[in-house]
Amino acid sequence: MLETAGRKGSSASTRAALHDRYLEAFRWMLLTRVFEEKLASLYRGGMISGGVYVGRGQEAVSVAGALFLQKGDIFSPLIRDQAGRFAFGESILDVARTYLGSRQGPMRGRDGNIHRGRPAEGYYAMISHLGAMTSVTTGALLAKRFKGEKNFVGLTTIGEGGMSAGAFHEGMNIAAVEQVPLVVVATNNHYAYSTPNEREFACVDLAERAKGYGFEGYAIDGTDLGACLETIGGAIKRARAGRPPQFVVATVLRLSGHGEHDDASYITEEVKLEPFARDCFKVAEETLLKHELADRETIAKWRREFSAEIEEAVGRAQQEAAPQGDEEDWHAISDRGLIDQMG
Amino acid sequence: MSITYLEAIREAQARALKEDDRVFIYGQDVGAFGGAFKATKGLAKEFPGRVLDTPISEDAMVGTAIGAAIEGMRPIVEMQFADFSSVALNQILNNAGTHYWRTNIPCPITVRLPSGGTKGSGPFHSQSMEALYAHYPGLVVVTPATVEDAYTMLLDAVAIDDPVVYCEHKYLYYHLKADKLPADRLPIGQARVARAGRDLSIVTYSAMLHDSLAVAEEMAAEGYEIEVIDLRSVKPLDTDTVLASVARTGRLLCVGESFPWGGVTAEVIARVAAEGFHLLDAAPRRVNAKDTPIPYHPNLWSAHRPNSKSIGAAARQLLRE
Repeated sequence: MLETAGRKGSSASTRAALHDRYLEAFRWMLLTRVFEEKLASLYRGGMISGGVYVGRGQEAVSVAGALFLQKGDIFSPLIRDQAGRFAFGESILDVARTYLGSRQGPMRGRDGNIHRGRPAEGYYAMISHLGAMTSVTTGALLAKRFKGEKNFVGLTTIGEGGMSAGAFHEGMNIAAVEQVPLVVVATNNHYAYSTPNEREFACVDLAERAKGYGFEGYAIDGTDLGACLETIGGAIKRARAGRPPQFVVATVLRLSGHGEHDDASYITEEVKLEPFARDCFKVAEETLLKHELADRETIAKWRREFSAEIEEAVGRAQQEAAPQGDEEDWHAISDRGLIDQMG
Repeated sequence: MSITYLEAIREAQARALKEDDRVFIYGQDVGAFGGAFKATKGLAKEFPGRVLDTPISEDAMVGTAIGAAIEGMRPIVEMQFADFSSVALNQILNNAGTHYWRTNIPCPITVRLPSGGTKGSGPFHSQSMEALYAHYPGLVVVTPATVEDAYTMLLDAVAIDDPVVYCEHKYLYYHLKADKLPADRLPIGQARVARAGRDLSIVTYSAMLHDSLAVAEEMAAEGYEIEVIDLRSVKPLDTDTVLASVARTGRLLCVGESFPWGGVTAEVIARVAAEGFHLLDAAPRRVNAKDTPIPYHPNLWSAHRPNSKSIGAAARQLLRE
């Protein structure tokens, strides 16, 4: 759906200064920004049950992970990964249907918002319990090894909040023991819901934990799309080539509440002045303009085009039938012969 | 030649590994060591690369199995003791148990839980956790009480497309023997009339089957004909067989080794009360362990769990009502 579109007239030398997938990545970030603005607006209008969780400020690190994945790879994203989900191949319609509870969405109204995936396509559906997907992704890769598949990797994400969970530590350790081709991308957005870094961990540098787990570790500025592409792309390449599991920690500021219900009043004005508080999207946009890879009109045109696609998908999902209790089969297991008959 | 309950578990795993390339065994000390109870003895050598030792990481053991199962494998996870599966509760309940419902993709893992009390094992190596797993949606929970069931139900567990919690009883490991491995099987979800009778139905499962059968035998000398039902699986629970038994006897005693609150015995009584109230000639009763942690000292332990004495006392009381 997204073609790579360099602006005519930009010189080869200025293009060469940016990662060759910079523009493509930016367009996924733009689509994400436009879509999440729409989701927030639907939420404020009372059109969405449950919550809306956006990845504002984390689009660069998210897209950079998924962009380098291929068919046969595993992508196991978390709450703030819309950009990565799009880059991995998720359709706008799947997102709209899940948020709006359409029966035709991948989760069929049984689960909502960010808890979605298409596991048969290597796109795993997160559970809310943080750290749990680290070992699940490891197991998927172990299965691929058992089945004799080659050249695959798995990528899962986590925040600095989830990095305090026991399941995360167990998952990292077992991934290294199994030496599976796993890339774990962590984003330190400085808040676990409202809890600041100083109440989350006491180490100096989260990336240093890589050594303790048996991963190769890297720290990056998550507001710099070029750095994200370079480092995470490199990590995926190294994992694919058989290096030990890879751990990348990106530093950003969450430019939203935990969800759209949260005004994030706990984020202080001082923090907002920190270098990591830059908006990765704006930085990428300015970089593109500076390198003359796109002009403002082109970006505005893309925005309009994405908006139109999103409006169409949202309109369609809103018109689709909602699931109904009396149409559900209410069976949580697949084997019909083993269903417990409660009477 | 005779085969023990434990050997039947080992043989079922050997057969599963032999017949199905998708099967692998994952757990602490299951490899060259052959498992804390030797349930995987020799399997690592016989099936290289498919019987894997893990770190002490119950959560990650099950999480890894879940990912592998989603990708088409048939992992068997051995918990060293059922008690430690509490560390993996999140993966079992919230990940494996919800996966099919949420995504339409089944999650065929088997989690083996060496369950139940043995002398001197104390609060953390004695638990029976079937009720807890049965409470949550999305899991099949089996509790084999015989050598035959230990064998066939483990093979069934691996074949089933859904997550199965396989509760094997440690006391039965060496105490129970059969002449040979079974050729036939009773399907999971079907209870078995272990002893026919007409005066009272004892509904039980796992090791308590044998204490209950001992009571029935003892009371036969007193002229009572006690029927004993082995549930075999607690989820699905075969309510029909239980109701049919109560229809014959009019009296129901439920026996379970686990804690009393909200357990399998409570569930059976609730179902019979709701669906077969008119069949009852007396109020149903149940015998469970006490509502305390499981004690270490053999004297305390044997008083904590149901035994033939407490089951017999409850049965006699019920027959007087």
